[in-house]
Amino acid sequence: MTSRVAVIGAGITEFGELWDESFRSLITEAGTEAINDSGIEGEKIDALYVGSMSPGLFSGQEHVSSLVADHSGLKCIPATRVEAACSSGALALREAYLSIKSGEMDYVVVGGVEKMTDIASNSAAVTLMGAGDQEWEAFKGATFPGLYALMARRHMYEYGTTLEQISQVSVKNHDNAVLNPKAQFRFRVTLEDVMNSTPVADPLRLLHCSPITDGAAAVVLASGEKARKVCDNPVWINASSCSTDTIALHDRECVSRTDAATRAAREAYRRAGIKPQDVDFAEVHDCFAIAEIMAIESLGFCQLGEGGRFTEKDETSINGSIPVNTSGGLKGKGHPVGATGIAQVVEAVTQLRGEAGKRQVENAKIGLTHNVGGSGGTCVVHILSNE
Amino acid sequence: MTGIATHWRLIPQRYNLVGTRCSNCGNKFFPPRDICPDCRRAGNIEEFRFSGDGRVYSYTVIHTPPEGFEFQKPYVLGIIELAEGPRLLSQIVDCKPGDVEIGSRVEKVFRKVIADGREGIIRYGYKFKLKDH
Ligand SMILES: [Zn+2]
Repeated sequence: MTSRVAVIGAGITEFGELWDESFRSLITEAGTEAINDSGIEGEKIDALYVGSMSPGLFSGQEHVSSLVADHSGLKCIPATRVEAACSSGALALREAYLSIKSGEMDYVVVGGVEKMTDIASNSAAVTLMGAGDQEWEAFKGATFPGLYALMARRHMYEYGTTLEQISQVSVKNHDNAVLNPKAQFRFRVTLEDVMNSTPVADPLRLLHCSPITDGAAAVVLASGEKARKVCDNPVWINASSCSTDTIALHDRECVSRTDAATRAAREAYRRAGIKPQDVDFAEVHDCFAIAEIMAIESLGFCQLGEGGRFTEKDETSINGSIPVNTSGGLKGKGHPVGATGIAQVVEAVTQLRGEAGKRQVENAKIGLTHNVGGSGGTCVVHILSNE
Repeated sequence: MTGIATHWRLIPQRYNLVGTRCSNCGNKFFPPRDICPDCRRAGNIEEFRFSGDGRVYSYTVIHTPPEGFEFQKPYVLGIIELAEGPRLLSQIVDCKPGDVEIGSRVEKVFRKVIADGREGIIRYGYKFKLKDH
């Protein structure tokens, strides 16, 4: 068994409504950038993993493992597609990490990709609802904003969280997105803009929701022995963990908490040998603004129920005690669902190399990524470090 | 989601709230489960029909509905905690959105859930209405 696994290359496309780009052009661009960045030759790569939620419904294309290996020029290598809704990317990374940990692989490339704008946005929403329970949620007229609204309502009821506090997540993430040249929404929004935007599912409004996005991201992983030889700025994956929960929201013990995230985080902290207060920054899954509030509670950055007040006090802004979503998060950067988990890791690598420019977190040594599938049926947590 | 074959298989559950219970530990399940998560293979699953009484555990008002639900908007969608314990998702009907609160008492009603256009098949099932209304 290999002792450690490092990220030795990272690449990411622009995120947005990219009419000129296809599924294959997006993943090829991100993968090429990651391999260029790693400095290794393509022949050295032992395997490929790709996270994608629903290329079949978004583009009519399945069997994307073969397609990606083929079009990236990585002829004949073993390739695996991983699917866990919006957490497909991080789960693909975890499988790649385990393949190196097992000792079977030295170099593995992992991509995440979604091309979402080739179909009408209402059809995209129906496709995304595939991440929920078709028989007992979708049949009742549920939407993803609706499911997160049910969580938000309960969080407000149990903890006194306010809509202003929830809206502050969107304001902060748009502020951060302005500093990220790859982000979909490089503009600021005010609290009033968020609170007065179009109602989607009470209490959530349009500016509480992440957008529909095209995009891809990729990283190259290497075993510790190889990484030390070929890379002078490796970023180490100190922990990879995953937990699942019921597919349907209503079956959870409690909907104002994300228990899969709590379990995955606890396991990640144990494996990395750190505590929540040791984390310097985090990229979390803010598919809806309330999700970031529940995420920072599950990750232990604040007490359960305090996420709203913690956000209101600016603790999660770039200059706060624990910067969250410096990339702009899913809200500001965009949310090409299968790409998101890898894009979060690309941001962590950028921060840990000190290459984040105006959004750089000072003295960043430990970063955490938190990627969620559906309404919380899957959560994948990674802890990365530059030491 | 709304496939005819799927709906046909689920008619007892969707019409009459027929779920399951584990006679080993007594846990009741709606929507039904074939395996008790606590007892697994040691469990013994049998049918159980729920009364249809419950309370609102959480709710939202859907303003941006999915395909097939456009004509119902805005509609209230709630998580209902059944009197027997399990929770399910359902529309709450026959009231104004502002009338629903967490804790409101509700009861099952039988309604049209979704139809496939002018000539399409209509699928029925449970919805809930406020009891003290
Ligand atoms: Zn049992």
